Amino acid sequence: MAAVKPRVKVPKSASAGEVITIKTLISHPMESGQRKDNDGNPIPRQIINKFTCEFNGQAVFSCDIDPAVSANPYLEFTAKVNEAGTFKFTWVDDDGSVYTDEKEIALK
Amino acid sequence: MTITRRSMLTLSVGAAIGVVAGVRSGPALASAEDAMAKVMEFAGGSEPATGTITLDAPEIAENGNTVPISVSVESPMTDGDYVESVAIFADGNPSPEVITFNFTPMSGEASATTRMRLAKTQNVIAVAKTSTGQVFMDKKEVKVTIGGCGG
Amino acid sequence: MKKHYLVVAASIALAGAVSATAFAGGPVDEELVIDGEIQMTTRTAAPEGHPLDEVISGWHYRTKETRALEADTFENPAMLGVEDGEQIWNTVEGTEGKSCASCHGDASESMAGVGAHYPKWDADAGRPINIELQINKCREEQMGAEPYAFDKGGQKPLTAYIKHQSLGEPVSIDLTEGEMQSWWDKGEELYYTRTGQLDLSCATCHEDHNGEYIRADHLSQGQVNGFPTYRLKQAALVSVHNRFRGCIRDTRAEFPAAFSDDLMALEVYVTWRGTGLSVETPAVRQ
Repeated sequence: MAAVKPRVKVPKSASAGEVITIKTLISHPMESGQRKDNDGNPIPRQIINKFTCEFNGQAVFSCDIDPAVSANPYLEFTAKVNEAGTFKFTWVDDDGSVYTDEKEIALK
Repeated sequence: MTITRRSMLTLSVGAAIGVVAGVRSGPALASAEDAMAKVMEFAGGSEPATGTITLDAPEIAENGNTVPISVSVESPMTDGDYVESVAIFADGNPSPEVITFNFTPMSGEASATTRMRLAKTQNVIAVAKTSTGQVFMDKKEVKVTIGGCGG
Repeated sequence: MKKHYLVVAASIALAGAVSATAFAGGPVDEELVIDGEIQMTTRTAAPEGHPLDEVISGWHYRTKETRALEADTFENPAMLGVEDGEQIWNTVEGTEGKSCASCHGDASESMAGVGAHYPKWDADAGRPINIELQINKCREEQMGAEPYAFDKGGQKPLTAYIKHQSLGEPVSIDLTEGEMQSWWDKGEELYYTRTGQLDLSCATCHEDHNGEYIRADHLSQGQVNGFPTYRLKQAALVSVHNRFRGCIRDTRAEFPAAFSDDLMALEVYVTWRGTGLSVETPAVRQ
């Protein structure tokens, strides 16, 4: 799993006021900084340290992530949908890279 | 110094012990006190109450690398009364912090699931803080097994 | 003299460890339905001449949480690797300016069922060929691209992607092709040969003691219908030959090279031992 790649599952539509479940997965080794290489040198830490979910520009949910989170971090959470719109997901890497994904949802 | 067979043996045994000792001392692990200190820090000094929050974790983790955990807090999740954040700690890992989930009224529910690493059998602790200043806590012991073999 | 004593002591200790927790029971009695749609055959009557009555997938020996990860293609972390494989499938590489898709088009059509019938006989090479080696053969001969080194480059994700197109399809290989039968014979011999300081054969754990525990590991039948597999231990895709090598290494023996004659023979035989099980690639195991 070479490139860092997000996957997001959001229902295509919801009724107004419905609480939906959102599932996210991103491929990332989440190098904890605890491991050593074959020569005994510590492998530097590199993890996704922050995740945010916004809906139509408003903050819904976020996480502050530490190295104890497993590789290929999985995050599942809920969101209350009052109107149609776009979810925007952001993952921030220790090295400053930012990965994003977007999903639209319609109102039933 | 002349390398006699005896000195060679002593040297290599000493080196071997050093290697074994080095290999065996993995990362320094945090203590239960460190974790509780972090819990109290997150709780802002107030003693967390039990109940209202539920932490789901397996009794036995098949592999400490990937342990699914879930947390859920009963709350109306309205602007006036919602869960602000839930912090997860592990009291036997190199550092106690695992993840902090930050909720908003738009979350609908204060619940989240993730997968975490456990260095050994230990307690996983979840602490919730609400917008009205209440703090709740739940704790589960997860047994982490050493596998058989292969690969 | 001393070495012999050590081996005996080790095998006694191990025998003790292996038989200790018989109470823990065998495989769970549950069904694997992927995404609530694809009904998987994870238990079936063994083919004729098989030493076991029933072949059972390794899925049945894992904890509830691990089993759940495989049942949902979104939650299965290995699907990230399968998606990588899809990308590679569509990527042009080599002097001929082709991608896999240039010849094979849509993998969901051209590769449907293919993975369930490997290893096959390769008349050109005079030996069995598995998906990994088939990929390399196509790369060299058709694409003018460098073959992948063992477990490197796109080998694992692409193999996982191709085999995933056979998800649910029962495994069955053709032993009448070429000299497959004699490689099966060789594989069978290796399966029952004890190796290493711990003096264990594949059969010791996977035939004689499956369902029991070795330390805290719940022993399965050692099937390969789910490879490449996402192992929680590595938090990554693991290939069949990597697993073979790891197991043999853990008997404290020298382990054969990947894709060597010995391991190809073993792959033929062990694949046959899982005849009838659905392809689960990418499975999730400990």
